[in-house]
Amino acid sequence: MELLILIFLPLVGAIITSLLKGGSAKISALGFALVSLCVTIGLLTKFTPDATTQFAVNYPWIQQLGINFHVGIDGISMITVILTNVLMPLIILSSFKHEYKNANAFYALILFMQSGLLLVFTALDGFLFYIGWEAALIPIYFICAMWGGKDRIKVNMKFFVYTIAGSLFMLLGIIYLYLQNPAKNFDINAFYALNLDSYQQGWIFWAFFIAFAIKMPVFPFHTWQPDMYTEAPTPGTMLLSGIMLKMGIYGVIRWLLPIVPQGVNDWVCVAMILSVIGIVYASLIAFTQKDAKRLVAYSSIAHVGLIAAGIFTLSTQGMQGVMVQMLSHGINVIGLFFVLDIISSRLKTNKIEELGGLAKVAPKLAITFLIIVLGTVALPGTNGFIGEFLLLFSVYSYNAWLGLIAGLTIIFGAVYMLRMYQKVMLGETNALTISFTDIKGTEKVVLYTICVLIIVIGVYPKPILHLSEASVQHLLEQVNQKLTGVN
Amino acid sequence: MNIIITIAATALIVLYAGLFKAKKALLPLTLIGLLVALGFVACSWNNPTTYYGMMRMDNFALAFSAIAIIGTFFIFLLTQNYFAEGSDNIAEYFTLILFALSGMIIMVSYQNMSMLFIGLEIMSVSLYILAGIRKLNFASNEASLKYFLMGAFSTGFLLFGITLIYGATGSFDITVIQNYLVNNVKSVSPLFYPGVILMMIGLCFKVGAAPFHFWVPDVYEGSPSLITTFMSTVVKTAGFAAFLRLFAGAFEPLHDFWMPALMVITIITLCIGNITALYQKNFKRMLTYSSVSHAGYMLFSLIVLTANSASNVLVYAAAYTFATIIAFAILILVKQKTGNDNFDSFNGLGKRNPFTAFALTIAMLSLAGIPLTAGFIGKYVMFLNVMENYQTVLVVIAIVNALIGFYYYFKVIIAMWFKEGSDVVLDTPLQYKIVLVLSVIVTLFLGVYPSLILNLI
Repeated sequence: MELLILIFLPLVGAIITSLLKGGSAKISALGFALVSLCVTIGLLTKFTPDATTQFAVNYPWIQQLGINFHVGIDGISMITVILTNVLMPLIILSSFKHEYKNANAFYALILFMQSGLLLVFTALDGFLFYIGWEAALIPIYFICAMWGGKDRIKVNMKFFVYTIAGSLFMLLGIIYLYLQNPAKNFDINAFYALNLDSYQQGWIFWAFFIAFAIKMPVFPFHTWQPDMYTEAPTPGTMLLSGIMLKMGIYGVIRWLLPIVPQGVNDWVCVAMILSVIGIVYASLIAFTQKDAKRLVAYSSIAHVGLIAAGIFTLSTQGMQGVMVQMLSHGINVIGLFFVLDIISSRLKTNKIEELGGLAKVAPKLAITFLIIVLGTVALPGTNGFIGEFLLLFSVYSYNAWLGLIAGLTIIFGAVYMLRMYQKVMLGETNALTISFTDIKGTEKVVLYTICVLIIVIGVYPKPILHLSEASVQHLLEQVNQKLTGVN
Repeated sequence: MNIIITIAATALIVLYAGLFKAKKALLPLTLIGLLVALGFVACSWNNPTTYYGMMRMDNFALAFSAIAIIGTFFIFLLTQNYFAEGSDNIAEYFTLILFALSGMIIMVSYQNMSMLFIGLEIMSVSLYILAGIRKLNFASNEASLKYFLMGAFSTGFLLFGITLIYGATGSFDITVIQNYLVNNVKSVSPLFYPGVILMMIGLCFKVGAAPFHFWVPDVYEGSPSLITTFMSTVVKTAGFAAFLRLFAGAFEPLHDFWMPALMVITIITLCIGNITALYQKNFKRMLTYSSVSHAGYMLFSLIVLTANSASNVLVYAAAYTFATIIAFAILILVKQKTGNDNFDSFNGLGKRNPFTAFALTIAMLSLAGIPLTAGFIGKYVMFLNVMENYQTVLVVIAIVNALIGFYYYFKVIIAMWFKEGSDVVLDTPLQYKIVLVLSVIVTLFLGVYPSLILNLI
C-alpha cells in the first residue's frame, strides 16, 4: 500500500499542478516532490536490508492478457528509488530561477515522469516495466522539445526514435518471454524460472541489451546523447543524466542478468569491450570540447561506460560499485549541470574559453563547484571514489588489460575536469565575467545539499552498501545457479 | 433484426422530416434513432438469434454493430453547420448515412453470402452518392466517380468469388460452406480456390488494403471531410468485420492456402501506407495513407487465427475509430478557420487552443501506439497474436513501420506545440467539444483499462 502511494503521489501531483496557474505551480511541484521524499524515508525506516522483496503489491490489471500490477522493492530497487526521490526536489528547486512559459505544464510533466521512473524501478511485471519505461519517455520528450534550445525539435526526434526503437525490440523480447511462460503471465519470478536454450537467450539478450544500451548510453548507441544534453533545458538534462540513464542500468541488473544468464555469458565480452571503448572514446572527445556542457555530457558517457563494465563483471564488488556509483553519478552530474546552468543563465555562454576568474567574484560557487568536480573525478573522501574504486577493482579482476585501460581514463577524467575547472573558475576575470554575482537563495540550498551528500556518502558509504548488499548477492547467486544448471 | 429496422425506419422518418422542412428536428431524430438501435444491441447481448438463415445476430455482430452505431453517432454530432453551407437538403445526408449504416449492420451479421452482397451494396451505393454530394465541387465529383468505378469493379470480384464457391458447395450459407470444407479436406473442389482468392481481392478493395488501395487517397481527399471520417472509421471497421466473418469463420479450414497471399498483402499494405504517409505535407492525405497502414495492422488478426482474432480487431478498430474521429473533427475546425489543411496550418495551435491541441495529441499518440492510450493496446494484441505463431519477421517489419509512424504522427504534435503560428483562435462548437472530450476519455480509458472490451466476443 505504501508503495502505491509512492508511485501514484507524483501522478496526483502532476494532475493538480497542471491545473494551477502562475507561480504556484512550482511551489506545488516542489511540495509533492518533498512529500514523495518523506514517503521514501518512511519506507526506508521500515525496510529490512535483506534479499527479500518488500512492500509488494500484486493486483490483477488486464486479466485476459495475464498482466498484473505487481510492484515491490528490494535492496537494488531501494537505491534507485532513493536516487529518484532525492534528486527530484533538487531538480525542481534548481529550476526556480527560470521563468518557464506554461510553468504548470512544465512541472506537471516532471512529476508525471517521476511516476513513470518509480514504476520502472519497482515493477515486477514485464508489461508494467514496459509501461513505466514509455511513461517516463513521453514527458521528457515534451519537456525537452517544448522548453529546449534552438535545435531541439530535430535532436529530440532523434532521441525519441532511438529510444523507442530500442524499447519496441525490448517489448518483442518481453512478449517472447511471456509466450514461453507456461503460466502465461509477465511475472518476473516466472521469467527467472524459464529454461531457455542459449540460442534463445542470445536473441533475448540483444533485444533487451539494445534498449538498455541506448538509454545509458553505451557506445555505439550514444550519438543522440551529447546533442540532447546540450539542447535540453537544464532540468531536462538533469532528469536525463541524473535519473533516466539509470533506467538502463537498472534494467540490465533486474531484467537482463537473471533472465538470460547464458545469453549474458555468451556475449559478455562484446558488452564489456563496447563499454570500455565507450569509456576511452568519450574521454578522448571530452578533452577536445570547447563547450562545458558538452564536456560534461561526454564525461557522463565515460562514467556510464565504467558502470556498465562493472555490471558485466558479474561480481559482488562490481555490482556494489554500480549501486553506489548510480547514486553518486546522479548527484554529481546534476550538480555539474546546475553550476553550468547558473553560469550560462548569467553570462549567456558555456564556452570554456570565454570564461575565467569566476572564483574571484563568486567564492561560494567556486568552493561548491570544486567539491562537485572532485566528487566526479573520484577523489578519496568523496562519493565518487567508493564507486569507482569498486568498479575498477572488479574490472581489473575480470581482465587486467581492460582494467588498465579503464583505469587510465580515470586519470584522463581528472585531467579534463580539472582543466575545465581551472579555465572557468581560476585565472583573471575578463570583461564578461567581472559582473558575475555569487550564488544565493535556492541556488545555495541546492548546491550545499549536493555538497553535503557528496561528502557524507564519501566518508560513510556503509549504509548504502549495506542496503543493497544482500539483494546483490542473492541476484548473483541466482545467475550463477542458472549458469551451472543447478536449480 | 430490430436494429436494422430501427435504423432504416429512422432514415425514412428523417427523409420525410426533410420533406416538410423540419430542419431543427433532423439531428435529434437521428440521434434518438441511433440510441434506440444501441439499446436493442444491448438487449440482444448474449442472446444470438438467426433470422431465416440469412442473418445471425451473435455477439460478434452485435459488438461490431455497437462500434458502428457509436461511431456514426459521434459523426452526426459533428454535422453541426457542416452540411448547411453547401445544400438546402440536409435531410439527404442524414438519410444516406443512415442507409449506409443499415447496410453495414447487415455486413457484420450475415449468415448467407447473398446478404453480404446486399449489405455491401446498400452501404456502397449510399457512399457513392455521399462522396459526390457536393455537386458543384470538382474534387467531390472526381471522388464519387472513382469510388463508384472502383467499387463496382471490386463488387464484381466479390460476386465472381461467391458464384464459384456456390458452384463448389451448392450453398451460400457460411456454416454449410465451413462444414463442406471440414468434411472434404482432401477433396475440395478446384472451383473453391479461385473463389476464395477472388473474394479476398473484393474485400481487400473495400477495406483499402494495398495493392488495391489506389482509390483510397483520392476518394478520401475529394469527399467532404465528414464523409471521409465516416468512410475511414465506421465503413472500414464494418469491412473488416465482414472479412473476419468469412475468413476466420467459413474459410478457416483453408487457412494454409490463403494465408501466404494475405501475408504478402499485409506487408505491402503496411509498408506502402506508412512510407507514403511519411512524405505527405497535407494532414488529410497523411491520415488517409495512415488509414491504409492501419488496415495492414488489422490484417494481422487474419494471418494467425486464434480464438482472440475477432476481439483483437474489435479493440484495434475501437482505438482507431475514436482517434481518427478526433483527428478529423479538429481537421474540420482548422480548415474552416484557416482554409487549408496542411501541417503548417496547425502551427501554434497549442498556444491558442490548448484543449483542442491536447485532444489531437492524444489522438496522434494513440494512432502511433504509445502506451496508456487505446492504440497501444490495439497494436499490442496484434503483435501478440502474430508472435504466438512466431512470425517474427512480420513483427519486425511491423515494428519498423511503427517507427516510421512516429515520425509522421509527431509532425502534427511538433507543429502544434513547438512551432510559432498565426493567432487564429478556433471556435469549437459545443457538440464538437462533447465529441472530443468523450473520444479522449474513451481513448485513455481503453488504454489504461482495456479489460472492458478485450475478449468481449
